[in-house]
Amino acid sequence: METLIEFFTFQYPNIKYVVFGTILLSISSAVVGCFTFIKKKSLVGDVISHAVLPGICLSFLATGSKDPFFLIIGAFISGWLSILVMDAIIQNTKIKEDAATGLSLSVFFGVGILLMTYIQHSGNASQSGLDTFLFGKAAALVGKDLLAFSIIAVIVLLTVLLFYKEFKLISFDPQFAKVIGLPIRRLEMILTSITVLAVVTGIQAVGVVLMAAMLITPAAAARFWTNRLSRMILLSSAFGAFSGISGAFISYSAPSMPTGPWMVMILSVIALVSFFFAPGKGILIRQWRRFSIRRQLLEENLLKTFYRIGENSGEHFNTVAIDDLQLVRNFSPAQLTKGLRKLLVNGYVSRNNNSWFLTNEGFEKGKRITRLHRLWELYLTKYLRIAPDHVHEDADTIEHVITPELEARLEKLLEYPTSDPHHSEIPK
Amino acid sequence: MDAFWIILTGSLVAVSCAILGSFLILRKMSMVGDAISHSVLPGIVIAFFIAGSMQSIWMLVGAGILGILTTFLIEFFHQKGRLQTDASIGVTFTWLFALGVILVTYYAGNAHIDQDCILHGEIAYVPIDLIYDSNGNAIGPKAVIILSFVLGLILLFVVLFYKELFITTFDASFAKVVGISTNKWHYALMGLVSLTTVASFESVGAILVVALLIAPAAAAYLITNQLKVMLLLSSAFGILSAFFGYWLSYLVDGSIAGAMVTVAGIIFAICYFIVRFKK
Repeated sequence: METLIEFFTFQYPNIKYVVFGTILLSISSAVVGCFTFIKKKSLVGDVISHAVLPGICLSFLATGSKDPFFLIIGAFISGWLSILVMDAIIQNTKIKEDAATGLSLSVFFGVGILLMTYIQHSGNASQSGLDTFLFGKAAALVGKDLLAFSIIAVIVLLTVLLFYKEFKLISFDPQFAKVIGLPIRRLEMILTSITVLAVVTGIQAVGVVLMAAMLITPAAAARFWTNRLSRMILLSSAFGAFSGISGAFISYSAPSMPTGPWMVMILSVIALVSFFFAPGKGILIRQWRRFSIRRQLLEENLLKTFYRIGENSGEHFNTVAIDDLQLVRNFSPAQLTKGLRKLLVNGYVSRNNNSWFLTNEGFEKGKRITRLHRLWELYLTKYLRIAPDHVHEDADTIEHVITPELEARLEKLLEYPTSDPHHSEIPK
Repeated sequence: MDAFWIILTGSLVAVSCAILGSFLILRKMSMVGDAISHSVLPGIVIAFFIAGSMQSIWMLVGAGILGILTTFLIEFFHQKGRLQTDASIGVTFTWLFALGVILVTYYAGNAHIDQDCILHGEIAYVPIDLIYDSNGNAIGPKAVIILSFVLGLILLFVVLFYKELFITTFDASFAKVVGISTNKWHYALMGLVSLTTVASFESVGAILVVALLIAPAAAAYLITNQLKVMLLLSSAFGILSAFFGYWLSYLVDGSIAGAMVTVAGIIFAICYFIVRFKK
């Protein structure tokens, strides 16, 4: 608790730099990441973050200084170059996007490592510290870094604010953007430039490998909660900011812990929770929906089978043995036990030793499904002119989803029919 | 003699990678390979703490498990969560890599692994770390022996199951019809990719493994349309990268692995321009 208070009252100026630095970085990369996510080019961030290394080394070799502004310019140029190389390979050869991405990323990085080791071995005394670009140094941010970060974050956020509509269009529907006459190439260039900027700065906090996460993970998590881009951007910035603060706090309270990896860890936990538990799109709710649909199908198919058996014997409320059910329709034993138990609980059937019979509710429901099935078969043969022996499968699928309104329209359209194409009665 | 061992190690890594990389490119799975090469890290660290040493067999097992887990998670988020593939790859590997880095720092001091070595290992140390027979005579560098074993495994796998790999790579629906499980071969391939990554990361590092997985195979893919030719050609490019990479690093006094990748990139660029200008 004490550390918490100490941390949030910013008793040491250093904490302030680290906290605001990481928040600024996280937000600007989270915002840019939303656009790369929608363009399905999330891994572009990974390419850029690896590709800045040769640029940093070359600009150090050229200027001999470690001034962040010179290094950022070098990083910016080589980051851009890697994207151009990647696009050229995709456009001019049969190599697909995945291989072009990996190729550009790893070769640029390899060249960077060669240059960096060359610099290290050349005995240049001022080179030490260049490798913070590799692993990040979030916990050691100083006032000068914060200034650079703030300028870049402001540039990135202002650009997004200014071109929000345009970026949205070229990300979602580049064809349409072209038709209405937007300068696509120029806009793409601006978007790529701010992506490179966000990556180049972010890399100094979390390092080459984990930079990709700062772009991708908050956007991917936010996508599970909303369908609107504006909300997605707000949400992913919030996730980013939260991870920045907590990462800084963790490495403050346990100094041996690295800030960058913890930021990514927290983002990943947020993302995993979103993937599984988000209402509407989460994996759990999806699985539950699939499960309940499958259960509904099974129940309705069982009731339909009961109804059919009753129709054949002329007595709907007689007991039916399990074997009889299986003669009419192929249920697996597991389906039968599960389905019948569910029907019993819901009061659609009753049980008499090992045989089962319909209750009144069960009878009505079985009748309705049968009726929908036959109405649809009739509709297909009459209006779409499909042969009567081809309509059963389709009716079997659609009978479960026809609403009462649609049922009434169908009935009217077919002029209140009494029998289906196979001359079975359509029950009222 | 050192030069010989280093070039041999580089070639072994490069040929293993070239063969697997050819399949990855054709299956459009290159970035999954990239993801695996990063996400094996926690597997290595955990294996280190279970076994208490850098015993290679445990590390291979740990990395193999993590590699398959990565493949599974990417597929799982993509299929069950409808997350697009690029994001699914990005989220999965960064998460596992971050976990690995945290574990490494947590146990720092105990482990002989650090981030540096993971990102760009040190092939120059290969000739120092020797394996001795029972009489105390040096048989050869440890890395060479492990990598020969891995390459042998890969060659055996490809020769024995060439037909299955071929069919599942080029025509997944046909494979389904004739009863070959695409999934099974997918996971087998990814398991081998993780083995290769972990066997080579001490010498060339994770990211440079990715370069050797992709660059020689991509260069070969530009030139030929036949799988067998592609496999041979990409292996040849890999060996060339190892050979000239060694001399390049000697010239500029830099990382050998970095130089190997630079040469692999140059070979790709040459192939790219040849193909462009022939059109």
